[in-house]
Amino acid sequence: MTAPNVQGSIRRRLTILLTLGAAGLAVVVFFLIQSVAREIAQSSQDNILSASAISIIDSARIDTDGELSIDLPYSSLSMLDSVTDERAFYAIDLDEDFLTGYEMMPRPRPSVENSTTYTSATFLGSEIRVASVNRTISMDDRIAILTVSVAQTLNGLEQTLAQIRSGALTLGIGFFLVTAGLALVIARTAILPLRRLTESVSRRGPKDLRPVAAPVPLEMEPLVSSLNSLMQRLDTSLSRSEDFIAEAAHRLRTPLAIVRTRADVVLRRSETPQNREAVQDIIRAIDESSRAAGQLLDHAMVTFRADDLTRESLDLKTLAIDAIERIRPIAEMRDIDLRMDGGIDRNISGDQILILNALHNVLDNAVKYSSPESLITVSLSQDGTSASVSVSDQGQGFGKDVPTLMAKRFKRGDNTQNIVGSGLGLTIARDVVTAHGGTLTIENIKEGGACVSLFWPLQP
Amino acid sequence: MRFLLIEDNTNLAQAVVERLSLDGHVVDHAVNLSDGHAFCATTDYDMILLDIMLPDGDGRAFLKHHRASQSKTPVIAITARSEVSDRVSILDLGADDYMVKPIDFAELEARCRAVLRRNGGGAQNLIQHGNCRFDPLAGTLYIDDTSIPLRARELRLFELLINAPNQIFSKSQLVDRLFSYDADVSENAIEVYIGRLRKHLEGAKIVIRTVRGLGYKLELL
Repeated sequence: MTAPNVQGSIRRRLTILLTLGAAGLAVVVFFLIQSVAREIAQSSQDNILSASAISIIDSARIDTDGELSIDLPYSSLSMLDSVTDERAFYAIDLDEDFLTGYEMMPRPRPSVENSTTYTSATFLGSEIRVASVNRTISMDDRIAILTVSVAQTLNGLEQTLAQIRSGALTLGIGFFLVTAGLALVIARTAILPLRRLTESVSRRGPKDLRPVAAPVPLEMEPLVSSLNSLMQRLDTSLSRSEDFIAEAAHRLRTPLAIVRTRADVVLRRSETPQNREAVQDIIRAIDESSRAAGQLLDHAMVTFRADDLTRESLDLKTLAIDAIERIRPIAEMRDIDLRMDGGIDRNISGDQILILNALHNVLDNAVKYSSPESLITVSLSQDGTSASVSVSDQGQGFGKDVPTLMAKRFKRGDNTQNIVGSGLGLTIARDVVTAHGGTLTIENIKEGGACVSLFWPLQP
Repeated sequence: MRFLLIEDNTNLAQAVVERLSLDGHVVDHAVNLSDGHAFCATTDYDMILLDIMLPDGDGRAFLKHHRASQSKTPVIAITARSEVSDRVSILDLGADDYMVKPIDFAELEARCRAVLRRNGGGAQNLIQHGNCRFDPLAGTLYIDDTSIPLRARELRLFELLINAPNQIFSKSQLVDRLFSYDADVSENAIEVYIGRLRKHLEGAKIVIRTVRGLGYKLELL
């Protein structure tokens, strides 16, 4: 089976997208909180500054002798520096003339009467916030504009803002972590129906091609529909090809059987050596073709079943006995004796039909290549992890061929003339053993003969 | 032996009947399952050869019915399919053995022998001549109550000869009966087996004679 071409992962993509979104949102939240906090802090400071300036300007009086007098109310400046260790400054101007306070203090000139103007500036090495209010007053001889500016350093504000910033940072990180966690959960939940579908499809046996019946979400409906229709087509074509193979075998084998039987009768009745030889050739050719057809079918069946192995707990010894008894009548025809020794007391797990087929093919090979009146020994043994069935005969062995080449498809040894066989037997046996996670080994026995061993992993 | 052959293809059935008759067997032929049941009800057979695909039903149905009716006649299923799964289910349903078409008659004979031996129905086939007692199914030959070990081929050769005393068998006839065709066997191989049988039969009131130019025959003394 070829592995699908995998590119990316829905789950990973979802997780990354959602996490990136969460990170973006967290940054926005962080800056939003910070700027709102700054604005609120700024406006409350501005209100205090403005209140202070207004309380000062409210205390301005024109004496009876026409002199301007301003009583700085105590609270007007104490409210600015008492709570924190802020420093407060002020400056009072009449028109363009500086009256009192800090002359060098930067201050805006309100353009509109009775309004408050704010500005930020640097004074004496500190960031300050300045609020200025003005009022028109009438002196005895003229109208003048009195401007009161009050300023406060920003140390406290910066401190508060730093606190808020770290709070916002914690909040942002917390927000990010929670949403990232949610993203993982969401991504997992989103692909859950996909995984369920996968499980329901992969749990099926090799011949279960019914449509998917379990409920699926709307988005997966097209996928499941096309999957169902694919399986239906596969089912149709599979059953067609299975029927076809069975039908073809039936149609071919019956006429072959007629020819074979008629030829047998003719052989019995023919006396001349030439005729006998010809008819024997016919019979041999029929046997060869029907054997080849059988092994091709077996091989196809093995390939088909090995793709998705049935796993039953099986007693290898029972299977070996079955296979031996099945082949015994054929062996007896040539006075070949079959013996079994050793034993296996633990089970293996696998497909009974395939394992019987493999054993049958190995035994069939041994009988075919054995000389008459010889002995075939089937030895069972086991070690900690595997059980083995070794079939040894007293035939000619595997000849000069490198034994490892023998199990290749259609390959036959160099000493097999006149023996009916298609060469697929060992290939089938090896494929079955390999599908079960075992190995097949072949060797020549020193005293003459071949030994084929099948090793099967034991059930844990 | 008396066979019942249940096979819908009459061409094949005729050939099989003719072929089995050559070996001295009696064969009745049923073309479908209901005929098969009818034959079974009226005659005792030694062996039933059952085709699995039949026009009026699956041969497996016959097997079920056959087993349910307590019949002891063994059944060898003949199938045109060769998938192992098919074979396993045939055996599960009560066939004693199965063969895949085309039938190798030497193999059929061997399988019949094995099935009959397993079912233990051999007592009535005992052949006795003078001081010889022969049970072809069990494969035992006694001379003066001494058991003589015979190999499968020697056994079949002896069985052929003793079933038709005084009949002359040519070498080629014997080769046909004794060897399957997957091995090239020269007719001289028969001489080896005749020689062995003669050795086994020393002291018996039976002798195998060579008829020059024609073959061999067994004579009772």
